[in-house]
Amino acid sequence: MTQARVKYKPSDEVDFVIVGSGAAGGVLAKELSANGFRVVVLEQGPYLTAQDFSHDEVKVFVQHQLTNDSKLQPTTFRKTAEQKARVQPSVMYGRCVGGSSVHFTANFWRFHEIDFVERSRVGEIPGANFTDWPIGYNDLEPYYTKVEWEVGVSGLAGASPFDPPRSKPYPMPPLPVKGSGVVFERAAWKLGYHPFPAPMAILSQPRPGRDSCVACGFCLGFGCEVGAKSSSLSAMIPIAEATGRCEIRPNSYVHRIVVDKNGRASGVEYFDAKRNTQIQKAKAVLVCANGAETPRLLLLSSCSQFPNGLANSSGMVGKNLMPNSGTMAFGVFDEPLNDYKGFAVSRVLHDFYELDHEKVGFYGGGGLDARFDFTPAAFAMSGLPPGTPRWGKEYKKALRQNFTRTLEIFCHATSLPVESNSFSLDPEVKDAWGLPALRMTFRDHPNDLKMMAWMKDRAMEILDAAGAKAKWHAPVEEQEFAVHLLGTCRMGNDAKSSVINTDHRTHDVPNLFLCDGSSLVTSGRGQPTMTIQALAFRAADRIRELAKRGEIRG
Amino acid sequence: MNSPNGGRREFLFQVTGAAGAAWIGAQWPAIVAAAQHAHKVAANTPGKFEAFTSEQARQVEAVASQIIPTDDAPGAREAGVVYFIDRALTTFASNTKAVYEKGLARLNQLTSTKYPGVKSFADATPEQQEQVLVEFTKKSDGAEGRLRIGPDESDDFFETVRMHTIFGFLADPSAGGNKDYAGWKTIGRDPAFAFSPPFGYYDKNYPGWEAVRAELEKK
Repeated sequence: MTQARVKYKPSDEVDFVIVGSGAAGGVLAKELSANGFRVVVLEQGPYLTAQDFSHDEVKVFVQHQLTNDSKLQPTTFRKTAEQKARVQPSVMYGRCVGGSSVHFTANFWRFHEIDFVERSRVGEIPGANFTDWPIGYNDLEPYYTKVEWEVGVSGLAGASPFDPPRSKPYPMPPLPVKGSGVVFERAAWKLGYHPFPAPMAILSQPRPGRDSCVACGFCLGFGCEVGAKSSSLSAMIPIAEATGRCEIRPNSYVHRIVVDKNGRASGVEYFDAKRNTQIQKAKAVLVCANGAETPRLLLLSSCSQFPNGLANSSGMVGKNLMPNSGTMAFGVFDEPLNDYKGFAVSRVLHDFYELDHEKVGFYGGGGLDARFDFTPAAFAMSGLPPGTPRWGKEYKKALRQNFTRTLEIFCHATSLPVESNSFSLDPEVKDAWGLPALRMTFRDHPNDLKMMAWMKDRAMEILDAAGAKAKWHAPVEEQEFAVHLLGTCRMGNDAKSSVINTDHRTHDVPNLFLCDGSSLVTSGRGQPTMTIQALAFRAADRIRELAKRGEIRG
Repeated sequence: MNSPNGGRREFLFQVTGAAGAAWIGAQWPAIVAAAQHAHKVAANTPGKFEAFTSEQARQVEAVASQIIPTDDAPGAREAGVVYFIDRALTTFASNTKAVYEKGLARLNQLTSTKYPGVKSFADATPEQQEQVLVEFTKKSDGAEGRLRIGPDESDDFFETVRMHTIFGFLADPSAGGNKDYAGWKTIGRDPAFAFSPPFGYYDKNYPGWEAVRAELEKK
């Protein structure tokens, strides 16, 4: 990308301003600029590239090089609306160009048909605001395929008997199997399950400008130094910039969507790197800021015309937060797995994707994968069995014995939408820019806790069948920290119960579009990025269509 | 891709071992570039202390050596953990300087009370140091078993030193500790930048997913 990058003045009215450069923002930036539109992407974090990435756990875990920093942007947490929220780190998201797709693990499952129609199948669940999607798997299938081929996903089509239909195979073979994958696969087969090579957004073969995975072992939390991880940063942003029509503007913290007297968005107000206020003008505004920051921005944008927050006539902005349920089981084996090498996951099983709720006594389902996503210091902080001495000779002995011999079975699963589970503005706490802090209100639906306990039991059985010489699991308990930020500006046909329509257009503001985890109606089984990107490719098509018909301004 | 040259090829074998070539062959220029970048950053050698006095450094090193002791393999001392902590106190952990000062004072006091005549923690025998820390940490232990993605901050002296010792022992040397990868070698992590399969014992001679499934279906 040697070509000079385009720069727009904030006073230039561009076609689209996109807030956020992550999984969805990156796709929309690429799709719209490649189709001739003038685009500015505002990203609150810095523009880092492969040169800035390292294996330094201090930078990543302590100094938050790639993620939000609760010192600058504190969050508050409470379990129920009756409680006063206390300051506590409650969300993590990518805060750099490429967003969370830079540091994520890169598990890339499609949602299945059931995820879109489950409310009809299962019926009402007390305490849940559970509903079907207004679109179905078939609407998204072409876009799942597009994601796989355009960002680069490795996998083996047809390997899972539970997979939904697909129109094309994966563009490249799966990554090599890891020791954890072999052990897990043998045990799972023994128990009659159907393990298969994990679909991963990591290149198993090189692509122009990107190398295939070198198996360095620093995926979760880290940026990829060779461009093998299919983040927006490596897969989408370079193409967007190469069009000469897309400017990525980092260090730009958007805090208000500007609305004109006709109730239409005319641009966005942001703090630049020097904390000066700027307004970027645009014909339409696309918010892809993630399931926490997107609703926060809408709530921050309340004005006399929209006193309850922008696009919030339904009252659903920030509601129905679904972080996905998840729990972990660990096993230690006799011989070295050396699972620190490679990427996180090489085998997964979907036998529990769609459980019979009448048989198991709860709704939902999920997937189990075999992984090791600990980097060395992270392992020493939290990878040893409970009860191991925390310092001294025995501690060191356990580190030496277990680091190469431990694997983890991660259970990813559904969360039900519950209306009171939400993001809102904290009435007292402010961030370093003086803006109201993000407040999270969350308590797992009891159904989800039951399901997590059930999934954990299955994981422990697999560890037994695998011959683990020691095994343990994380406590199944209410979550207070969210990484998957889903459902908080849900899609729907009814303007009274949803925030955006099937074109990702807000029901209330005709030239305001939202696309990210907040658009999801159900949580899927735990790996949302694939679906977020499929939605983004689809949204780009819908928005282009509207623009062609001259309907963007409403 | 660039054509190979001697230096790069040599480096490739160094990082992958001779066996790796087939899978990794296609992307070695990138590996070389990234690994060389990592090594360049890692080149800072421990020198003088900036945050600690030499006496404080002696005490901190004694505590760190109790947390990760030296046995037949390197411990916190050999990995240069005290230099990492000294740097931490001038950079990302500058807010914990007071925690160290107060904590060391308390620790020395406890040592002298428990072992009259012993002037400070570092002056005690390793066995005495262990006993002092057992007593010192009685109150601070307890949050074990919780899984976190990153370390929590803590005002607690022992938890702070423990976390810094772990990071100084095991974080990539570019962070200023883990001297010559002493920590990684101790826990069995090969310091190489890139790997190719087979990675460990269980995936050696793996015949492939289709082959294993076919065999299973025969049974």
